[in-house]
Amino acid sequence: MERTSPAAAAMLMYRRDLVLAFRHWDQVAQPVVFFAMVTTLFPLALSPELGELRQLAGGVLWVAALLAALLGLEFLFRADHADGTLEQMLLSGQPLALLAVAKGAAHWTVCGLPLVLVSPLLAISLGVPTGALCAVMLSLALGTGILSALGAIGAALTLGLRRGSMLLSLLVLPLAMPALIFGARAIDMAIEGEAARGPLLLLAAMLVLVLTLAPLAVGSALRISAE
Amino acid sequence: MDAAASDCVHVAGPNGSGKTTFLRVIAGLLTPEQGSVHWQGRPIASDRDAYGASFCYLGHSDGLKPEFTSHENLAYEVGLRRRLDAAMIDETLARLGLEQSRDQPARSLSAGQRRRLSMARVILAGAPLWILDEPFTNLDLAGVNLLSEVIALHLDAGGAALLATHQPPAIPRHAVRRLDLA
Repeated sequence: MERTSPAAAAMLMYRRDLVLAFRHWDQVAQPVVFFAMVTTLFPLALSPELGELRQLAGGVLWVAALLAALLGLEFLFRADHADGTLEQMLLSGQPLALLAVAKGAAHWTVCGLPLVLVSPLLAISLGVPTGALCAVMLSLALGTGILSALGAIGAALTLGLRRGSMLLSLLVLPLAMPALIFGARAIDMAIEGEAARGPLLLLAAMLVLVLTLAPLAVGSALRISAE
Repeated sequence: MDAAASDCVHVAGPNGSGKTTFLRVIAGLLTPEQGSVHWQGRPIASDRDAYGASFCYLGHSDGLKPEFTSHENLAYEVGLRRRLDAAMIDETLARLGLEQSRDQPARSLSAGQRRRLSMARVILAGAPLWILDEPFTNLDLAGVNLLSEVIALHLDAGGAALLATHQPPAIPRHAVRRLDLA
């Protein structure tokens, strides 16, 4: 009998979660629809004047993306917990941290990546100049990655709780504040024509930090939640 | 208690006596307040991943994804543990009388069929120790006999099994040791 290597197991877990996600189209579409709806509501509520919208664009895009990404977090482990497959994952003999990375990566592909891909369109509707679109996408790509990693810890910790979703936002949002501040700042700087390199590098550093620590934390949290 | 190769232990006791808790402690899903669990002379907490690879646990929930077909369930869930090919999965499905439901989503299977499918998962995993919590639940008479034979073959091959059941299990060719929790 040949054991599955940890890398192959992680790939399998990633593929499994993607296949599962695409059998629930509504869950995949929900964050991106929410993101688009919130950003398009701002011009209606504030002013259709592109000059004014441009000043708020960074903040609006980031707050909407953050809340949209939060929507999908709850589903990260819940279904697996309910049908007992999470228990089997814990007992599979594969390193739990690596499986957590695979699940987080699948979650980002389904919930974070679509937000990044539609962001240029929404940014243009808020009057962001085309020269700043690259910074918009980059800052949101890094930011949703940070949120997926932080959110995975929160989702694993609140797994066994009945009203976990409320606690999940309370746990995750304060930790995501530094990313929000630097991410929105990066877009503002790019809109004003300055180099956004500084805040983007800080975001990248935060992503590296959470990607290093989160898998271990998620692994331990899942073991606690399974008890 | 201890279990050696080819041992079959029946964990017995009335409802609420802690059969499931006991099996979950053995599986390492719960930490015991007193005492410890050792596998091959070493405490299980010293290398959880190696221990996880050496047993297969069937709990109260079947551990199946309702959206996946029988074949997909086995390919993904057992694939995490060992390399599998489609022929091995089909062979095990046929052995458990599930060849008709190969491409049916698990959600549309009956409770007994789901139990058979989760037993297919245990067989395919190929681990030396089986920890089975109420494996005969929802099975028809033919299913009970089939499963008893499957467990007997596992014991023949030098495996060990821990079963929590209400009725004393009749495993062909093998004596069953009883552990009473009452």
